[in-house]
Amino acid sequence: MSDAKTPHEGAEPSVRGATAGTPQDPTAEPDLHSSDVPGAGTDEPVLTFEEAAAHGHTATVLDPDATPVLEVENLRMYFPVKSSGLIRRTVGHVQAVDGISFQVPRGGALGLVGESGCGKSTTGRLITRLYDPTSGSMRFDGETDLATVSRRQMKPLRRDIQMIFQDPYSSLNPRHTVGTIVGTPLRVHNMVPKNQVLKRVQELLEVVGLNPEHYNRYPNEFSGGQRQRIGIARALALQPKLMVADEPVSALDVSIQAQVINLLQDLQAEFNIAFLFIAHDLAVVRHFCPEIAVMYLGKIVEVADRETLYQRPFHPYTQALLSAVPDVKQAAIGGRRERLRLEGDVPSPINPPSGCRFRTRCPFAQEICAKVEPPLMQVGPRHKVACHFAGELGDHPDHPVTAPLLGLDQAGSPDPAATPLAQADPGPGFADTWFDIKRGQMTGRTSAGTVGTTTPGS
Amino acid sequence: MTVQHTMPGNAAAAGSGEPYLVVENLTVRFPTADGLVQAVTDLSYSVELGQTLGIVGESGSGKSVSSMAVLGLHDAKSSRIEGSIRLGGTEVVGLSEAKLRPLRGNAAAMIFQDALAALHPFYKVGSQLTEAYLAHHPQASKKDARRRAIEMLDRVGIPQPDRRVDDFPHQFSGGMRQRAMIAMGLINDPKLIIADEPTTALDVTVQAQILDLLQDLQREFNSAIIIITHDLGVIAEMADDVLVMYGGRAVEYGATKELLTHPEMPYTWGLLSSVPDVTADTGGRLIPIPGNPPSLLRPPKGCPFHPRCAHVDKVPANLCSTELPELLPGSRGADHLKRCHLADPDAIYRDQVLPEIAPDLVEES
Amino acid sequence: MFAYIVKRLLAGFLVVTLISMMVYALFWYGPRSPAQELCRRESNNRCTPEKLERYEEALGYNNSVTSEYGKWAKGLVAGRDITVGASVIHCEAPCLGLSYRTRQPVFEEMKTRLPATISLAVGAASITLTIGVTVGVLAARRRGTFADKALVSTTLFMSSIPYYLFALLSMLYLTIVYDVFPQTGYTPLTDNPGAWFTGLLLPWLALGFYNSTSYTRFSRGAMVESLSEDYIRTARAKGLTSRVVVMRHALRAALVPVVTIFGIDFAFLLAGTIFTEKIFDIQGIGRWGLDATLIKDLPVVQATVLFGSIIIVVANIIVDIIYSILDPRVRLS
Repeated sequence: MSDAKTPHEGAEPSVRGATAGTPQDPTAEPDLHSSDVPGAGTDEPVLTFEEAAAHGHTATVLDPDATPVLEVENLRMYFPVKSSGLIRRTVGHVQAVDGISFQVPRGGALGLVGESGCGKSTTGRLITRLYDPTSGSMRFDGETDLATVSRRQMKPLRRDIQMIFQDPYSSLNPRHTVGTIVGTPLRVHNMVPKNQVLKRVQELLEVVGLNPEHYNRYPNEFSGGQRQRIGIARALALQPKLMVADEPVSALDVSIQAQVINLLQDLQAEFNIAFLFIAHDLAVVRHFCPEIAVMYLGKIVEVADRETLYQRPFHPYTQALLSAVPDVKQAAIGGRRERLRLEGDVPSPINPPSGCRFRTRCPFAQEICAKVEPPLMQVGPRHKVACHFAGELGDHPDHPVTAPLLGLDQAGSPDPAATPLAQADPGPGFADTWFDIKRGQMTGRTSAGTVGTTTPGS
Repeated sequence: MTVQHTMPGNAAAAGSGEPYLVVENLTVRFPTADGLVQAVTDLSYSVELGQTLGIVGESGSGKSVSSMAVLGLHDAKSSRIEGSIRLGGTEVVGLSEAKLRPLRGNAAAMIFQDALAALHPFYKVGSQLTEAYLAHHPQASKKDARRRAIEMLDRVGIPQPDRRVDDFPHQFSGGMRQRAMIAMGLINDPKLIIADEPTTALDVTVQAQILDLLQDLQREFNSAIIIITHDLGVIAEMADDVLVMYGGRAVEYGATKELLTHPEMPYTWGLLSSVPDVTADTGGRLIPIPGNPPSLLRPPKGCPFHPRCAHVDKVPANLCSTELPELLPGSRGADHLKRCHLADPDAIYRDQVLPEIAPDLVEES
Repeated sequence: MFAYIVKRLLAGFLVVTLISMMVYALFWYGPRSPAQELCRRESNNRCTPEKLERYEEALGYNNSVTSEYGKWAKGLVAGRDITVGASVIHCEAPCLGLSYRTRQPVFEEMKTRLPATISLAVGAASITLTIGVTVGVLAARRRGTFADKALVSTTLFMSSIPYYLFALLSMLYLTIVYDVFPQTGYTPLTDNPGAWFTGLLLPWLALGFYNSTSYTRFSRGAMVESLSEDYIRTARAKGLTSRVVVMRHALRAALVPVVTIFGIDFAFLLAGTIFTEKIFDIQGIGRWGLDATLIKDLPVVQATVLFGSIIIVVANIIVDIIYSILDPRVRLS
């Protein structure tokens, strides 16, 4: 069918897109005129399955050598809780984000997952400075600290950091045409001469797979998926280096979700945009992000590359989260998946539990968990976890693995006999040495590339 | 259970051996200013006691509309319903409002998506539960009804039910609200539970808890469940049978294990290929279904899915765009129905689709 | 809740004070001073500069606005003595001053006029609410039918007629030409309940009916919205009768916005219904304020403005409290 008609004037029949391989392939040239795939119009010809499949992306692959475009260190956001009454005193704080560190690789993607109220959306809003952080630093592009710049200094940076929102219905002004919505950032930041704005808008619409002739239409004339494309075009207008995507597909129908994810993968490869991808859908995050951080109650509890996190997670919360996702492959077996059950609800972030915040729902919690907060320790080349009993599911240790590291006894009290192992927090990134929880000692890559170990002093 | 209830036609249904719910050739149309919206067309399915049917489809596929019809919830003035719906032997289509009322919430109950919107914000959870109970037990006292409400809240796992019964819905967490919603649905021991996207707005761990609860309750009361969702994972773990709907029609229908391992309709393939999976091969591609769901005002000629189907080139003579395929058994047995012109869909799925979306599964099948 | 009310009252006190200051400022810095007006009127348009000076001195317009406002404010709290010609009149707190026209304490006159306005407002508001909500609910339940459409267009047509015209025509045709209603006017309820009722009947109906048109549309809208809520579907799926669904579930939710607007509207009625009182010859607050404005009778204008703003401030607080009672999700803070 597809060779009979061209999907769009100017766009070639999409065989060219067949080479649009995975983003890490430098020779692949993604076909960004791929409005035939999303089907911006309704009467467009449909691809054959082979062509459609070629447009679909496999999961994004990790580039371990990418330099970070964003380094977040010890970021905190406490929202004051005011008393009711005549004089409104601050009676407490919602510890929405409490000392998180991570990095987003240039042109790569970090996924931020967790359940509602874990602070992942707040983190996104902090990076775009919709909120002013309580403390911490957010180094962007190796120099500017987004946490401390003034509003005025932030303005030019807004070009480089753009946000895509969850709700394609409320994030677009219904009284503005698509041309105005996408063109406004161009005008505000003087990206192109005034007489070139329309032309650029049309280019952008085409890039995101919308009909460029539709610049004069209003958001209500588009479907949910198309509106999300408009939001993406708007974010793209300023050629950002980093996009914060907050649940970009969760409001869309399942068949449309994949269209938008593929589009984002196309754009990422074409324009080398880094993504902080915030979502609760673990499967979508897994596909889009080669590296994922799991948040619980304002803290990062585990961060790792995709294979490690999804196949060998060490944190009981990650394990519970993953095992709770219904899996379509289960149909072949029947019944429910074996899973780590969690009881109860997430505690209040105003009064989080002492020590480890997950301990109130954790099936492995012991005395030490209430006393000492587990540090986010590096336990593999690209794997950090914050748990006293970190280990693979079914293989959690009986004794706190963190004890030698922190110089504590089994119950979590300071042990005068023990010397704390010098495994400091490696900060936002990963160090070349890490703590081997199985052996209870430091290990790592030496400069020669071999693995060496250090025994803890005792 | 201590509570007795009478069910019109229950005995008859038991005698005839017919499934508890039988939907036959159901068509639901809504006249609007723009024309007639064909929300559901010629839909047939059945659910037996103790069994779960999963209905899957996108928004506008008719999955919610058809199940609302089971309770006669469509306004007679603004809808046209044809066909037959037999609930425990009672014909629901054409039944008067007065005769429908004893069935609603009693013979069959619905559990809705987004419990925050589905519960009345101004009334206490307890009073909404007792109201449901008293509607079908007019002789019961308020005290009995309250006791029953607490008992149900306890049954669905709400801590301190005797205290929480006096809370307002907004004082509950999302998961607890959905539990309260389920408690309200089950308070009259319905034989059929229709759960319309019961876990869509919930976090995964809470979703898993709610699905556990529904399964436990089904085991306990031997009720029939219809679970409406867009999540094939939920279907895979919950349903005995699956009905895939597209554009108001059934496009594939069969046992869950059979249908999800050997899907025979390109739309089902599309659903499988457009959703990533937590355990999938990362070499698998995410292949979207192009375009948008069809207009129900002017449905496409021929197969409703053909404008978005990537396999029309494999069917000769433009059959897809001219002739509506029947819902018929495919090559895999009489119990697996599909609405597609493809001659050997199972082979196409195995040889072409699966290698792209799940390379790791190719060997096994 | 208590702290909230105190806080709102304090804010309201500030607003009322500012408004009263503005009224003073307007009189002091306006184009023609009240002294000129009074002098002209009381000397048959032959106001000489000497006479004017005497008036200005008597009324205090030769003093600064701040000192006069201070005197007025002090009188409000503690009472004061006011010199009129040779005599001194003691004005008890709360002293709102003496009317320029009658030379009588304003507060005393206000007390005689208040019952008329309250009678009018309560009667008209009851009619408005009863007709408005009832018709609105009926229309919402028959949404889309001919009756509903006819009703909506009728109310739209009604509200496009200016109120003074509507009131004037009903007075003209229903009292004067056809004599359906007796002569209107206010008789105190305690004097003669029958005359009180008959004299107010037409004003009640005119004002109440006219205002009900917007309530019909408003409550119809609120009802249509609440009938389409998810919880209505839940209520029907529970097997409740449609009467319970409509009255207990839909109407309860629809009433919240209606009550909110009604509270404020009622406050405006209490603050004085100028047209109604003028056309139907009722000596209420609104008419009093109107007459006083025309002759620049500052103390009376100040009193009516003060009264009106206090009523509105208090009504807003009461509406918020009612709102928090009706909707358990709302917490006052």
